[in-house]
Amino acid sequence: MKKTILLTAAAAAVLSFGTIAAEAKVKGCWVYVGPIGDFGYSYQHHQGLLQAKEKFGDELETAYLESVPEGADAERAIERLARSGCNIIFTTSFGFMDPTNKVAGKFPDVKFEHATGYKREHPNVATYNSKFHEGRYVQGVIAAKLSKAGVAGYIASFPIPEVVMGINAFVLGAQSVNPDFKVKVVWANTWFDAGKEADAAKALIDQGVDIITQHTDSTAPMQVATERGIKAFGQASDMIKFGPETQLTSIVDDWGPYYIERIQALIDGTWKQQDVWGGMKEGHVVMAPYTNMPDDVKKLAEETEAKIKSGEFNPFTGPITKQDGTEWLKAGEVSDDGTLLGMNFYVKGVDDKLPQ
Amino acid sequence: MFESILITIATAATPLLIASVGELVVERSGVLNLGVEGMMVMGAVTGFGVALATGSPWLGVLAAIMVGALFSLLFGFLTLTLVTNQVATGLALTLLGLGLSGMLGEGFVGQPGVKMSYLYIPYLTDIPFVGKLLFGQDPLFYLSIILTAGVAWFLFRSRAGLTLRSVGDNHTSAHALGINVIGIRYLAVMFGGACAGLAGAYLSLVYTPQWIENMTAGRGWIALALVVFASWRPWRVLAGAYLFGAVSIGQLHAQALGIGVPSQLLSSLPYLATIVVLVLISRNRRLTMVNTPASLGRPFVPDR
Repeated sequence: MKKTILLTAAAAAVLSFGTIAAEAKVKGCWVYVGPIGDFGYSYQHHQGLLQAKEKFGDELETAYLESVPEGADAERAIERLARSGCNIIFTTSFGFMDPTNKVAGKFPDVKFEHATGYKREHPNVATYNSKFHEGRYVQGVIAAKLSKAGVAGYIASFPIPEVVMGINAFVLGAQSVNPDFKVKVVWANTWFDAGKEADAAKALIDQGVDIITQHTDSTAPMQVATERGIKAFGQASDMIKFGPETQLTSIVDDWGPYYIERIQALIDGTWKQQDVWGGMKEGHVVMAPYTNMPDDVKKLAEETEAKIKSGEFNPFTGPITKQDGTEWLKAGEVSDDGTLLGMNFYVKGVDDKLPQ
Repeated sequence: MFESILITIATAATPLLIASVGELVVERSGVLNLGVEGMMVMGAVTGFGVALATGSPWLGVLAAIMVGALFSLLFGFLTLTLVTNQVATGLALTLLGLGLSGMLGEGFVGQPGVKMSYLYIPYLTDIPFVGKLLFGQDPLFYLSIILTAGVAWFLFRSRAGLTLRSVGDNHTSAHALGINVIGIRYLAVMFGGACAGLAGAYLSLVYTPQWIENMTAGRGWIALALVVFASWRPWRVLAGAYLFGAVSIGQLHAQALGIGVPSQLLSSLPYLATIVVLVLISRNRRLTMVNTPASLGRPFVPDR
């Protein structure tokens, strides 16, 4: 009896697998740096996968690997996916840059899409990123309006250009309201360690900051801010549930539209190497509702967002002075994307020494 | 500010202390369970889930303790009854725990949890400077201190503790004396599991009241290292946990002050401090030898 059940189950499995294989036109695969349950960065990428799945239904077969460490392991993980019949592989963290390019060289028929990096060594590698710093500029504006201390705390992950860019955009936004605004930075040296992020938030609050923002992936700082009765910004996803009275807004990464567009291109045979850096305008960066702030601040935030969205304003528009006092951009001058993507210096007003 | 820094240090040290003290008893009985991280994360997910479902953090804590003990029983059965390799089995337990907890906790992601409330004693908690530190912390903090004292008393002042240590020091002799080596080791392993489960619950109910996959983030490994660091002595475990907590919180403050030391160096300070102390302690070889359970990690098969 038991044997029959097993056999039937096996047959059913083979059958159902057969049908999927016959109908699925394309297999899309994802590599995440964190667990999909981080409710932050990797969670949002996974939401993108789910959106794509919903859009394409049976036409798309998906697979993903989560919590893949950046480094030597990543190469094996990506190669495994490439070998398993994936047609397009999205590697979603900066540290997957070199492994992605390495594997791409070995599998010219598979398309590779690397998020937040800049290397495209083979024709089958494309890169994509979001202009998160646009959202951070808006956050800076809000912070300077609301902070009584004139100092905000910034929990950062690793000193890579994207994070540095975010800190600078935040400071510039704040200084557009209050030229003397300061930002204290604490590097957690991790993307994801709830306890450490909470400790960092506590340390910053103990040193007198009254607004917290983060570039790490967990909801812990939001909870600490709630406990201590100050305001905070969410990260990557809408974290309002963790701080109904605390969250001012959050930068929400919406990767779904991009994933759908790229998989469609693959199905249509129009996939080409490209480098996309979408922001608010493209719908890649969405701000969560502005909450827990007076109406005038909300209005200013919305206006700033609208200006960035329409392309009327770029957060990195001069005059901007570097931390060391030298001039970076002249009045009215706008930074080119290349400088931003390789950003390794602070602007004036950051109360920290950039780790090199 | 000074008081709140001390409280932050206590919060960072408590989960390490609880897990370490549990593992210390396990290792004193001669068993090396490298599965602390896995048991801890299972405790974290159980504690969170039960507290969320019932609304009571205490039930969550209780469930976490039970699941931690049950999970360690699996390790006990494999290593003590089936005599598998302890190191490999412990590692497997960690991997299993991390995977299983992620699966069990899928529905908990993105849900704010239940936070255990802080102690409040009228007047005492309101004393300036020390009131909150001494009388206003979470209940598990006090429990961790009592636990340390209890284990110290048990191991070195009670007959049962002496028996347990004798099993860890020389299981063959203990067996020859008619002591039930396997039975005692089972109990020790389960105690360690219960403590790891409690430490996990501390993370998901007090430290950061939420469930995130892999939220232990290596604390189980630090707890394991602390046991060696403390040369298998309970009060030294406490000192080690607080030293580690103090250095990790201190470096965050140093960063926030903007003193200009590279953050990567500061982040590695807790580990550097641990190594330095370890080197200093092990200079006295004789003392280290005396404290190390001689049968640690060695399989025991009773001959008839």
